[in-house]
Amino acid sequence: MQLEYFQMIDRVVEMDLDRRTIRIEAIVPEKSTVFEGHFPGHPLLPGTLMIEAMAQSLGFLTLNVLEWARVPLLTGVTKAKIRRFIEPETTLLIDATLLQDGQGYAVGEAEISHNGKRVANASLSYVVTPFPSEVMKSALLEVKERILNA
Amino acid sequence: MASTYDTVADIIADTCDIPRDDITPESHVIDDLGIDSLDFLDVVFAVDKAFGIKVPHEQWTEDVNQGNATAEDYFVMKNLCARVDELVQAKNA
Repeated sequence: MQLEYFQMIDRVVEMDLDRRTIRIEAIVPEKSTVFEGHFPGHPLLPGTLMIEAMAQSLGFLTLNVLEWARVPLLTGVTKAKIRRFIEPETTLLIDATLLQDGQGYAVGEAEISHNGKRVANASLSYVVTPFPSEVMKSALLEVKERILNA
Repeated sequence: MASTYDTVADIIADTCDIPRDDITPESHVIDDLGIDSLDFLDVVFAVDKAFGIKVPHEQWTEDVNQGNATAEDYFVMKNLCARVDELVQAKNA
């Protein structure tokens, strides 16, 4: 993870496009400016960034299901729970499932775990649109190369 | 078994926090019920799930923008439900 750059996912462990599932590894960094404020003397990964990590994991799966023809942009978070506090240098697993994709939308679920214990989970929805920018698409393709080959 | 209209109206009421009694067959989902594009996506998701179809709402919007149909053809409740029925029939054909 590079929290300052919203790079929340580090490595694809498994991806099954037929079953529409993905497992991602994400390692919370030892140091980050985020921890200077959250919290002084007691660094914790913000719950909002856990949501972002789940959203990026399911988003990456959706991009691949859609064969990179369109991009999913997060529009809804429901049934979200932050169940454990996460400290720096923790290795997280993120499992996501794409449950339904229709014309212009995608919906799924994701869960973060650590050492077999559930850390957070949420239902997520996206609007699925043409890439608004070639720069954005190129940047996301770089992410693809990074996390598929890590 | 609930009618298409009742199912769609229940979905809109639940998804968009609109009183069920405010929804009538003549309601325009955008102009009368105030549903925005993101809420409408949630409605489409729920309708797709309830009826086992894929509502082609992007195509509908394109039809309206190109002048091939009016917004009322797709977004007035009774017409929306008629389109849903057509999609269900096409799926079962």
